Amino acid sequence: MGLFILRRLGVMLLTALCLTFIVFFLTNLYPNLEKLAKTQGNQRMSDAAVVSWLTSRGYRSEVDPAFIDAAIKGDVSNEEFNAAVDGFDFRLFRNYGEWLGVIPGYVIEGNDGEVRARCANHGTPDEETATFCGIIQGNWGFSSVFKNDVGTIISTRLGLTGKLMFWVMVLMVPSALIVGVLAGMREGSRLDRSLSTFSIASTATPEYVSGVIFITLLASSAGVKWFKGTATSAADNATFENFFLPVLTISLYGMGYIARMTRASMTEVMTAQYIRTARLKGVSFRNIVVKHALRNALIAPFTVIMLQFPWLLNGVVIVETLFNYKGFGWTLVQAAGNNDIDLLLACSVVAVFVVLVTQLISDIGYVFLNPRIRIA
Amino acid sequence: MDPLTWTGGLGAYFVPVIQIAMIALVVGIIGSFTAVFATSTQPVFAPGGAVIEPWKPTTASTLAELILPAAITGLVLFTIEYFWGGEVTLGAWFASSGMPGWSVWLLTALSFFLVGALIAWMFQRAPASSYDTLTFWAGVVILFAVVLFIILAQFSSFGGAGIIGEIAKQFLPVWISLIVLFAVSIVYKRRLGLYGKLFDSVVGMIGFGIVVFWVFTGVYAGVFDLIITHDPLAQVSGMKNKIPGTPTPEGSEIYPIYLLGGDNLARDVFSRMVQGSWVVIQIAPLATLFAFMVGITLGLPAAYYGGRLDTFLSFLANLILAFPVILLFYLLVTPEIVETGLPSYMGAVLFLFPIIFLVILFNSRFFTQKNKQTLYVGGTLIIGFWLYFSLISQDRTPLNFMPDFIDLFDVPGGILVVFVSVVFVNSPTVFRIVRGIALDIKTRDYVAAGQTRGEGPWYIMLWEILPNARGPLIVDFCLRIGYTTILLGTLGFFGLGLPPESPDWGSTINDGRKLLSIFPHPALAPALSLMSLVLGLNLLADGLREESLRD
Repeated sequence: MGLFILRRLGVMLLTALCLTFIVFFLTNLYPNLEKLAKTQGNQRMSDAAVVSWLTSRGYRSEVDPAFIDAAIKGDVSNEEFNAAVDGFDFRLFRNYGEWLGVIPGYVIEGNDGEVRARCANHGTPDEETATFCGIIQGNWGFSSVFKNDVGTIISTRLGLTGKLMFWVMVLMVPSALIVGVLAGMREGSRLDRSLSTFSIASTATPEYVSGVIFITLLASSAGVKWFKGTATSAADNATFENFFLPVLTISLYGMGYIARMTRASMTEVMTAQYIRTARLKGVSFRNIVVKHALRNALIAPFTVIMLQFPWLLNGVVIVETLFNYKGFGWTLVQAAGNNDIDLLLACSVVAVFVVLVTQLISDIGYVFLNPRIRIA
Repeated sequence: MDPLTWTGGLGAYFVPVIQIAMIALVVGIIGSFTAVFATSTQPVFAPGGAVIEPWKPTTASTLAELILPAAITGLVLFTIEYFWGGEVTLGAWFASSGMPGWSVWLLTALSFFLVGALIAWMFQRAPASSYDTLTFWAGVVILFAVVLFIILAQFSSFGGAGIIGEIAKQFLPVWISLIVLFAVSIVYKRRLGLYGKLFDSVVGMIGFGIVVFWVFTGVYAGVFDLIITHDPLAQVSGMKNKIPGTPTPEGSEIYPIYLLGGDNLARDVFSRMVQGSWVVIQIAPLATLFAFMVGITLGLPAAYYGGRLDTFLSFLANLILAFPVILLFYLLVTPEIVETGLPSYMGAVLFLFPIIFLVILFNSRFFTQKNKQTLYVGGTLIIGFWLYFSLISQDRTPLNFMPDFIDLFDVPGGILVVFVSVVFVNSPTVFRIVRGIALDIKTRDYVAAGQTRGEGPWYIMLWEILPNARGPLIVDFCLRIGYTTILLGTLGFFGLGLPPESPDWGSTINDGRKLLSIFPHPALAPALSLMSLVLGLNLLADGLREESLRD
């Protein structure tokens, strides 16, 4: 068991490193960096100015100042200049190391004569500036969109999303289990068929569709105005009125899947030998379901519920955007839309962490819950 | 011209019928739920072997069992009427007929008691089968009313059957095609294999009907320009955010009405919704097919050979699966990344797989017949690579090397990028499914027999294992088209990939969501369409699963 967990942790770490490197590579492609330079500096920067902005902040390798001067004067044509600067840059690996915190952060004297350092948020370093400042040191970087420390942003936003997820779980898991158990206890009955159709319908309705329908019916001038169509105020003060619709929207999509898994597991258990024995002994149907079948039927859904977390993450992004709830998903969209490299990396680390940890927990949990595997 | 109502003059006869049937349907469904829990409707097997028979109307009942629930339900109903009933209560109605005070009270109390008794009886004592009958007949009445309405609407004058009638008229080619297709399929269903068996299952038929409805709609609208009433991109002044049924300005040569209203740029919501189905029909099935080719070509050897290859491919698949889909989309489909040509290069790799798949398929099949082998493999290579190079060589991307006279087609802006990213997201899941099934089939005796006979590994994989894995793969194919549709919608919802004026459902929902609580109709129409298509695909998959399990 210990070796199993250790191996899983090793694979997890490798996966996390690969994934963050892919994100790092994609966000540091030249057009993305150019966009970053232009949004941070000014929109009408020349190509040469973009290069000098990027090199003096450590995003790209140094370019010969004489070459840049020549480009500014027009001695070098635009095509030649672009071909020389926007290719693959091996500094990427060094930057990734700096971001991780295994390579000292850069200290560069830029073309404008100013000294900048990574560990001083791309500003002028002083005596207290650290040498290493990557995620290993707990430094997540600086968000260029929100002008704030990424660590702070992520922790606040995650807290808000945690609140949303908590209520989603409170609503989704019990209702999905009830639907699944009711449908699975008498396979093929009318109740089973109607509940199964309901689960299919709920998996067929993505969040951006059910959200639109709920807002139309329950929060617009066309339907009734019982709820609010936006959840922005729920960040500070969540009430039933402003928080129910987003929670319902996310739960509905995940619910169908869990319910179907529970149903499958329940029908399998109900055909088992020991249930037949119990029935022959004269145990009442209610007792068979509650005391004999339920506990065994809930092993498989546990795994499914854990593996639902990554899916919920998708739902969270859509719903937070639709209802304008400023949590983690909303932040991810903002970071990705504006190529806020540090923030986007932090978001993907969190997302990947959630995915991998849930996989690990579901594997371990499955082994613990299932006596046949535990004893063998 | 006056604005149209939803159902027009024809609706006056149909709406009440459908409403009553709807109420009956809801009562039936709720009733069958409660009947499951009301133990008195079914035999109870008590410990020790005693059987408690269900209650029958002839059984003597105690006061508490019947009168108390009736009185309580009646009281609840009275309270509801008293507080929310408004001016015209039952008591006031009796009083207005000029009866003396005491009899008004008595009659009111008696009516509520009787209605309460009826409801209490229904939910407590009525046999479960009576609800089944109720639900069934209510469903039949609704279905017939709707079908009759659609048929009569075809013959009514303009606006005589309201907005719904006009929409039904616009869809006439689709109705005809559906009837012909279903008639032919049901007549010849015994000769059509799995497809024919689909018509034995009601769920499968409903799903198939919905899917085919949207396929026909997409093709007729996209290829023949039927069904749509306006140009999906044209803006008509004065029609901004107008509600469904609003007439277009007088004197213009266009269709006289916006059937489902106008959106925030004064375009026709109905035409955009219909045109949007064409975008989905073009991309989703093909992208799913490509994802399957990739998944099968990689999944089979991973399962068959195992070892390092399996470890490496599985790690790669898990790596892609660990990304949240939306993050992946944002990393692959933004204009800046498209500028670097990354999606084009990815496409160049992913689109190779169908060719590889087909070449290996034919090569292993005709390995001993050299003539056929040359013909099939050579033909696949020539046609495949011509299509391949035409596809990956696109104007305005870094990969544009083919001279225009042999470049067969250029995919319009953004669609290729969306296509590539959707294939990329789907492939690892297909890989995992194929690998899982192949791992199971690999251990069967007929595979061992093939190996002993000296069949090549690819022959065994593609002609022994794959045909035996077709059942679950066909079911998953249907589900996956639905999921791809959802993914396309997600891309549109975040405004990624397709141009902003594109009529696809996701982009339209994205356009409409800003004004959702004031003007919900521009977003609601595409949302319901997307939901119905995905639901249809899910039901179809369910029907297929049921029928293939019965084999």
